[in-house]
Amino acid sequence: MSFNLRLCMLTAVIFIAGCDGVWNNPYGLSEGSEDMVYYSTFSERPQFLDPARSYSTTAYQFIQQIYEPPLGYHYLKRPFALRSLSAERMPTVRLLDAQGRELPPDTPPNQVRYSEYIIDIQPNILYQPHPALARREDGGLRYHNLTEADLAAINTLSDFEHTGTRELIAEDFVNEIKRMADPRRHCPVTGILGEYIVGFTEFRERIKAQQDEWSFDLRPYSISGVQVESRYRYRIRLHGVYPQFIFWLAMPFFAPVPWEADVFYAQDGMSQRNLNLHWHPIGTGPYMLTENNPNLRMVLERNPNFRGETYPSDGDPGDREAGFLRDAGRTLPFLDRAIYSLEKESIPRWTKFLQGYYDMSGIGSDSFDQAIQYSGTGEAGVTDEMRERGIDLSTAIALTVYYMGFNMIDPVVGGTSERSRLLRQAISIAVDYEEYIAIFNNGRGIPAQGPIPPQIFGAHLGEANLNPHVYRWREGRAERRGIEEARELLRQAGYHKGIDQETGKPLTLYYEAVGAGPDAKASLNWLRKQFAKLDIQLVIRATDYNRFRAKMREGAGQIFQWGWHADYPDPENFLFLLYGPNAQVDNDGPNSTNYRNPEYDALFSQMKNIPNGPKRQRIIDQMMEILRHDAPWAWGYHPVDYVLSHDWMINNKLSTISYNTLKYHRIDVDRRAQKRAEWNAPVVWPLWLALIVLIALIATALIGFMRRERERAR
Amino acid sequence: MWVVLLTDFFLFLLLAGIGLYSVLAYRSEHLRAAWRSVIMRRMGAVSVVVLGFFMGIAILDSVHFHPRLEQPTERATHSNEILSVFDVLVGPMRTQVERTYSAPFAWRSHNKEAMEVEGQVVRGYPRLEYGGAHLQDPERERAGDIAVRVLSGAAQGALVWSALVLLVGGLRRRRAPPPDVAPLPWRWIAATVLALLALIGVAAELVGAYHIFGTDKVGEDVLYQTLKSIRTGVLIGTLTTLIMLPFAIALGTMAGYFRGWVDDVIQYLYTTLNSIPGVLLIAAAILSLHVYMSAHAEDYASLAERADLRLLFLCMILGLTSWTGLCRLLRGEVLKLREQDYIQAAVAFGVPGMRILWRHVLPNVMHIVLITVVLDFSGLVLAEAVLSYVDIGVDPSMNSWGNMINSARLEMSREPVVWWSLAASFVFMFVLVLFANLLADAVRDAFDPRVQ
Amino acid sequence: MTAYIIRRALYAIPILIGVNLLTFALFFVVNSPEEVARLHLGDKQVTQEQVEAWKYERGYHLPLMYNGEAEGAEQFTETIFYTKSVRLFAFDFGNSDSGRNIGHDIRQRMWPSLALAVPSLLLGLLLNTTLALMLAFFRGSYLDVGGVVLCVALMSVSALFYIIGGQYLVGKLLQMVPISGYDTGFEALKFLVLPILISVVYGIGSGTRWYRTLFLEEISKDYVRTARAKGLSEQWVLFRHVLRNALIPILTGVVVLLPLLFMGSLITESFFAIPGLGSYTIDAIQRQDFSIVRAMVFLGTVLYILGLLLTDISYTLADPRVRLN
Repeated sequence: MSFNLRLCMLTAVIFIAGCDGVWNNPYGLSEGSEDMVYYSTFSERPQFLDPARSYSTTAYQFIQQIYEPPLGYHYLKRPFALRSLSAERMPTVRLLDAQGRELPPDTPPNQVRYSEYIIDIQPNILYQPHPALARREDGGLRYHNLTEADLAAINTLSDFEHTGTRELIAEDFVNEIKRMADPRRHCPVTGILGEYIVGFTEFRERIKAQQDEWSFDLRPYSISGVQVESRYRYRIRLHGVYPQFIFWLAMPFFAPVPWEADVFYAQDGMSQRNLNLHWHPIGTGPYMLTENNPNLRMVLERNPNFRGETYPSDGDPGDREAGFLRDAGRTLPFLDRAIYSLEKESIPRWTKFLQGYYDMSGIGSDSFDQAIQYSGTGEAGVTDEMRERGIDLSTAIALTVYYMGFNMIDPVVGGTSERSRLLRQAISIAVDYEEYIAIFNNGRGIPAQGPIPPQIFGAHLGEANLNPHVYRWREGRAERRGIEEARELLRQAGYHKGIDQETGKPLTLYYEAVGAGPDAKASLNWLRKQFAKLDIQLVIRATDYNRFRAKMREGAGQIFQWGWHADYPDPENFLFLLYGPNAQVDNDGPNSTNYRNPEYDALFSQMKNIPNGPKRQRIIDQMMEILRHDAPWAWGYHPVDYVLSHDWMINNKLSTISYNTLKYHRIDVDRRAQKRAEWNAPVVWPLWLALIVLIALIATALIGFMRRERERAR
Repeated sequence: MWVVLLTDFFLFLLLAGIGLYSVLAYRSEHLRAAWRSVIMRRMGAVSVVVLGFFMGIAILDSVHFHPRLEQPTERATHSNEILSVFDVLVGPMRTQVERTYSAPFAWRSHNKEAMEVEGQVVRGYPRLEYGGAHLQDPERERAGDIAVRVLSGAAQGALVWSALVLLVGGLRRRRAPPPDVAPLPWRWIAATVLALLALIGVAAELVGAYHIFGTDKVGEDVLYQTLKSIRTGVLIGTLTTLIMLPFAIALGTMAGYFRGWVDDVIQYLYTTLNSIPGVLLIAAAILSLHVYMSAHAEDYASLAERADLRLLFLCMILGLTSWTGLCRLLRGEVLKLREQDYIQAAVAFGVPGMRILWRHVLPNVMHIVLITVVLDFSGLVLAEAVLSYVDIGVDPSMNSWGNMINSARLEMSREPVVWWSLAASFVFMFVLVLFANLLADAVRDAFDPRVQ
Repeated sequence: MTAYIIRRALYAIPILIGVNLLTFALFFVVNSPEEVARLHLGDKQVTQEQVEAWKYERGYHLPLMYNGEAEGAEQFTETIFYTKSVRLFAFDFGNSDSGRNIGHDIRQRMWPSLALAVPSLLLGLLLNTTLALMLAFFRGSYLDVGGVVLCVALMSVSALFYIIGGQYLVGKLLQMVPISGYDTGFEALKFLVLPILISVVYGIGSGTRWYRTLFLEEISKDYVRTARAKGLSEQWVLFRHVLRNALIPILTGVVVLLPLLFMGSLITESFFAIPGLGSYTIDAIQRQDFSIVRAMVFLGTVLYILGLLLTDISYTLADPRVRLN
């Protein structure tokens, strides 16, 4: 092994010379320590950063720092409250009849033909510096007529010498809506937008009919329902009433995109260099993407032209005590730079977090016990080891539901018959999600009583939220009904002890499993055990996600698990997962179980259009009772997010709905530097030991060699 | 009710083949001498014994059946579940499942859990349901209990061993060996058998009371998993070659013998296949298996059958990617053989080509085949682990060392470290591969004319 | 010589076509373009219209092998196979299914792969020949026997254990190097030390054993005996004669590997998050990105053939008695 060790020594010497006794710093020596830099990770490269296209958490953690839609959520207030972002104020909504005459605001929804959102944006917002906006001395756009020769020396966006900016205008917002309608942009939500925005579908059809002739500059064309009224005002006209639309205005889909960017990136030779809006965004937000190397790291840097938003000065009760209001009124953003490193494996990510090289971290189930302990009352807190390191924990219930669905068009588990309903109820009781959460999520979740997670309107607290078919209320908490009750239900369904009384055959059910991660085997075993409690044999059909989706579309699955993460904090966004017309099989909709109950569907249409209040709550309660009785899902659980952060992180309140929180974070850089040095002193003695062993080895070899020589000489 | 899975079928086919070969080898003086020289080497003898032990487990684990239902109805008397004889033999290891992780020989859980102590809910380490459950005061009694069990297990193993030695000794005395043949290393063989029997005895004493290698995330015994993985490893190592052999032999000898356009076509075939990175070929094939399975989902009554088909398919694909090497070797050898006098003579007498191949060429290249088969075995066992890491190995529900390592990877970051899954798979895999390598050396030394 | 090289290069063409046909068949039997489109279009709701648009944009709307609607030669050229394969032969890999330019990515990711593979190869070569020479020198002694057993033991350990163990010990417990990651320029060194160390250690077993056999084979030859009979010292014989002659098979064995170094190491790279071509391939397999996989298969095949050619040439250079024909 001599050469390895020598190499080790050599590099060790280089490191000692280079980095003040810390050898394992994963960042370059060139990082200036005077800047306030935030270090984080991404596990999967974001596929699309174009706001018209991207629809995933991985992409949102970047583009929500870069693009600013008209509205956003308040950083500190819970339940989530909308407020204006790039808009001047909250939009005004007008209700109109077929002739476009304004109706009083209390008109019943079925008499309203159109509703109109009028949005005023703030003046004097500037775009980030970007070559697409660079102008020549004569005022023309500098990089809009590039030839192959001009591009010869260009490899990345930063190779363009000049950048420019301009003021944000209402037309940019309208441009983005047209972009979403453009089939070439592959916007994933055109279905629902086309349903509501007046003229959206017609515009889309027109482009599609002559796709190849339309340029990417969409200024000459217009959507009838989306109009620019003035430099700072535009309006969107919707069919009927759609109160949830206001939430859409807080999604990056409605963020502004300047037409110059589309024209700039559409030039020949750009896409061969990976230069397009998916990789190089242009926004008005607090940060801009300056390095995009999805194989290694992404770097966000402070946008020098940011409009100067200030830190909120009001929050929830308790926020002041928790220190979330220390920076109230100060200009955002605080961080100069944010470096996201690609980290696919959980081991290195966790280790680097403990070494102080990442500022925040989630907790993998494998490092959970090291990080978290529960107090006697069941409250989660960090372990002593973490506390010594000054690591804090914050938790929040995610706006997510993971459920086990029964395909309602399956002859065995589906259908409206009492027999299948009893079978579903029995399974719902038998599959012990409390245990699942304890084993696989380390207790980070709450068993669901229905589709709506807590913190969203429509979900109750305590006993009122109980699903009486699966739980009973005992001593102040929900207790899962016993397995005997499930067996009894199964008997009533005609499957006594897992044997179908009609055919005499054992009951075998099929489960569609997705993925093959390290945990997959354990959780599948667990699942089989749950069904075995009812003497039901569960056959697991493992496929990849792609094939799973195809199967779901065909309605070929039987039992499966899936999840839904809310787009916006409104019960409609959960209840529509069981709305009949949204069925996956007929309409490729989000209703994965193909559940259809006319009574429920009628109540859903009613609930959808009324504002939060006692009336809406009443309807939702009725809907929940129908769902719990029919049991198209075994209700699964709502995960709880646990995030650890080092004590040098200031102002980090977890938000489960918005991702544009980077601008609020601040870092105590000195403290971090000091801690890193403290924690990362290398253990050097093995090197010395190795050196001694090496010398001993060489010595023995030499002795042996000389002895041989002597023998031969004799 | 017995069940023969596809891989079982192939394994039995392989066993039949080995049996046939042994008969042939015993009759042929040359082969008998060569094998004798394999066993005469100490390492060769020890490896044969150890590998025989592994093979035995794999065979026991390949005899499957549906267990009888406890309360049979008129039409259904057997459960859908598939068990193997091995599962029944190891009894408590399979059935004594804990809730979650526990360390080797532990008597309480590895993780803190909420539990009730004298009416109050506290977080602590609950006692295991089975591991060390018979102890009143585990902290004091455990070491003594384990020592007693180890000694008694080892003693029982030694007892069986003595009986075996007496039996074999008696048989040997009756048939005196010819004086001109070097004696086999009986002492080494006996020592290995003693070690194995003692280990089995110790394990048998311990499994009912402890989890020797701890338990995994869902409380399954790790020793049980790693023993079950033996079948997967052995099957991958043997079936793969079994599947590739007919192609490699037929094509390789034909290319070398007939030359001309046959040679060109075969060479083109294997150069093309050989040029594709193996991992990619395997990935694509495993994906296509998924399609096939979802299209014919109703054909597979149980998980075991599905996993089994996937294993078989993996063997086929690995075979497809690895036959090219053997094919090339055979072609080269046959090219040389072809110029030999006796074959030229046979050609001159007008013996048909296929017949010459079968009668004269094939027996003279068998040593190459044998060496390749033995050499490939260990590589294939190692390949399984790597493929499972990339998610294109065996079915995730199947016990295999690759799957164990893949999940153990994450366990290394737990604090305190969960090391036993990794350690168990390491030990067993290492032993199997090590002895396979040693046997391969012995076989090569005995059969390869170049080495002699 | 030149004629030979040209002939070999031409021989590569049918092989490349065959490889292309095979991978093409495998991938498009496995997943229809329709499914690929849905996979790439995102997580939530996808309409049929979007699927069609996606396929159109990437040329997957064409028939697979034969276009009945077109006329003349276009019946064969207006197909997925033709449009996707002809471009490969010009080393124009097009865009990946997720929209990035593959050629650009390959050129970028090639360097980390080389930075890992080349030092591993050289260090391994140096170390293994040294050790093998030592074992050959002490042949028959306990050192030799022990060394060979150790080599077999080292060979019997799965690569995964080396990686997991190395990362745990050196990175986590001793904190001597960053656990994983990469950086450009000189900074890359500290990220590469551990992976290189692990690859070298992993190679010791098989490498040393193999080289030892080569040396022993050489030692048993007549000329060595003659040299020794002439009274030359053992180390003189070993270094001047045995090493020099055994180096020919060693080096030609290495030459065939050289081009494949570009492809990187699949598992080491993805474990240590090194953005090379190995991890690129793994990612592509896991994301089912056929364009990338096909490009990598093509590249791998080309490099493999190149390696064989280089081996032949190096044979003639090393040993003038071998003549190519």
